[in-house]
Amino acid sequence: MIAERETRVLNNVQAINEALDLALAQDPRVVVFGEDVGRMGGVFRASDGLQQKYGEQRVFDTPLAESGIVGFGIGLAMAGLRPVAEIQFAGFLYPALDQILSHLGRMRHRTRGRFTVPMVIRAPYGGGVKTPEQHADSPEAVLCHVPGVKVVIPASPERAKGLLLSAIEDPDPVFFLEAIKLYRGVKGEVPEGYYTLPLGKARVVREGQAASLFCYGGMVEVCQKAAEVAAREGVGLEVVDLETLVPLDTETIVASVQKTGRAVVVYEAMRTGGFGAEIAARIAEEALDYLQAPIVRVAGWDAPYPPFSAVENYYRPDAKRVLEAVRKVLTH
Amino acid sequence: MDTVQYLDDHGKPLRDIPLSHEELLQGYRALRRARHFDERALVLQRQGRLGVYPPFRGQEAAQVGVALCLKADHDWLLPSYRESAAALTFGMPISKLILSWRADPAGWGAPPDVNMVQFYIPIATQIPQAAGVAHAQRLLGKDAVAAVFIGDGGTSEGDFHEGLNFASVFNAPLLVVVQNNGWAISVPTQKQMKVQRIAQKAQGYGIPGVTVDGNDLVAVWSVAREAVARARQGEGPTLIEALTYRVAPHTSSDDPSRYRTEEETERWLKRDPILRMKNCLLHLGLWSEAQEAELTEALEGEFLAAVEEADQAKEPRPWEIVEQVYLEMQPDQLAAWKYLRGEA
Ligand SMILES: Cc1ncc(C[n+]2csc(CCOP(=O)(O)OP(=O)(O)O)c2C)c(N)n1
Repeated sequence: MIAERETRVLNNVQAINEALDLALAQDPRVVVFGEDVGRMGGVFRASDGLQQKYGEQRVFDTPLAESGIVGFGIGLAMAGLRPVAEIQFAGFLYPALDQILSHLGRMRHRTRGRFTVPMVIRAPYGGGVKTPEQHADSPEAVLCHVPGVKVVIPASPERAKGLLLSAIEDPDPVFFLEAIKLYRGVKGEVPEGYYTLPLGKARVVREGQAASLFCYGGMVEVCQKAAEVAAREGVGLEVVDLETLVPLDTETIVASVQKTGRAVVVYEAMRTGGFGAEIAARIAEEALDYLQAPIVRVAGWDAPYPPFSAVENYYRPDAKRVLEAVRKVLTH
Repeated sequence: MDTVQYLDDHGKPLRDIPLSHEELLQGYRALRRARHFDERALVLQRQGRLGVYPPFRGQEAAQVGVALCLKADHDWLLPSYRESAAALTFGMPISKLILSWRADPAGWGAPPDVNMVQFYIPIATQIPQAAGVAHAQRLLGKDAVAAVFIGDGGTSEGDFHEGLNFASVFNAPLLVVVQNNGWAISVPTQKQMKVQRIAQKAQGYGIPGVTVDGNDLVAVWSVAREAVARARQGEGPTLIEALTYRVAPHTSSDDPSRYRTEEETERWLKRDPILRMKNCLLHLGLWSEAQEAELTEALEGEFLAAVEEADQAKEPRPWEIVEQVYLEMQPDQLAAWKYLRGEA
């Protein structure tokens, strides 16, 4: 049992590094690669020390070409390996979209299971740390719209480690998006050794009766902050970390709405066509009768994410905007 | 750059042929088998018994010559839509090919002992993947190679360049075969690129590039054989440009009279790869019209039996649409599956 294990305090990057280390040690089919992941250990150091430990055949740098990286990984996976590719920033997945849309998620289906792609693509995403243009994009909705892939976004070191190990074990391609803000921004007790956490399950990180906040990745921290503030005013908010966007745990979402009757959906990608719209739609389809107020979305604005500047705080949802939305659903 | 050639336009050997008599006969039979499939597939298409079909008439030697160097249960083939000839020679059963061009899910997967990936429809996207498949062979300690085919138009795609670059950097055992048939649907090669020879592009990746007469089976076979041997020995990828011509339309729904002249087609018909190979065999005294007739009869028998087999495949069932999306059906697929089965 994980609960009975020794733990250590790690941040998210350290937890991810530990998961990669354990996966490489456990399964000789696992290979880790991408731009700068080898000698340098990745721009965020997620693969720090792994090339030294496992050699250049298993942990390697690739040419700077995202379509090449994803396509190459698809080939490695089809031939029997367990590739774990890093795309340096999720905003640079776009050159690989053809590989992703045409093949990554489709290979099992189009070859009737003859060739499959048990591949993991890790990518840092999201804002809050003042990066240059394109470095803070949140393209999860694009990825969720690809049949045949899974999309996982962890919010804590303990979850990141266990979910990444599950993703690597998974027989299908998994996108593993890691909030840049959380890499060093959160710390937590992480169980020692190899353990996995199930994909496709949402978790209630805070119980409450007044309204449900649905969030994932970098927004979990923001929603928890909002819930703390509300608690001081005597308002009990439930915070649900979706964790896996595809396949989505609709059951847990619906159960929470049945309990609270009010829903706020929080995500940092631009609002229109964002994944929050999917959550809202599912609530409308399956729990409309329990709703006592319209569902409210808190999201990035319909504009490109602002680079560097201090104004990113106005783009990225914060506790204040979440609380405004809460007020809206409570006073409807 | 020289073009590797062994037979003249009439099939007369220009120099010593590096293939045994048995191999020459095997090669000719494989060419004829491919042509037979192509002709009969077009007839099936006209009868409404195949979907849109991309014929390869004129390009048989370019595909067959490479496929003859590969072992289906060891090496890998990642073909584009036009490579039914390569697939057939590599070991795909005719019935599977028919089902595949019927878009019947039963034809989408190759048999377990044939490492062929279902025909790729988007242009050039399989090249980085082929580089990965090839590199994996080395990581797994195998001497297998991967072969990938595209057309001249495909060399304009970014994935052609990314794939070649990956293959060269990792020294992957890969053959990239470009069938330069002069056209990408209606766009001629000169509007696709400024270089004279596609094989020149290999220089940019520090790998060997060879231009070969794609209508000369002996030339294609020997060039590919050399490239495969080099790849197996760990000497990395090769880019092969096969100069050929698509005598047939782009697909069964294309009208080539809108973009090219009949004279051009006529000229290439005279360089037909099968005619040249047959003349070569006749020249060497290895073939007779009696054997020709016997072969035709055997090929027709084989084809008819395959059609019969394909016709016996069960009708695709609606719920197969959501099968094999994931290994285990996820809630959304399961709901759709039940609906399509009339259970929900
Ligand atoms: C990425 C992509 N773009 C466009 C098409 C549509 N298309 C199909 S075949 C073709 C021309 C291909 O020409 P070439 O690569 O020379 O191969 P050929 O058909 O001559 O064998 C085009 C544009 C496609 N299938 N994929």
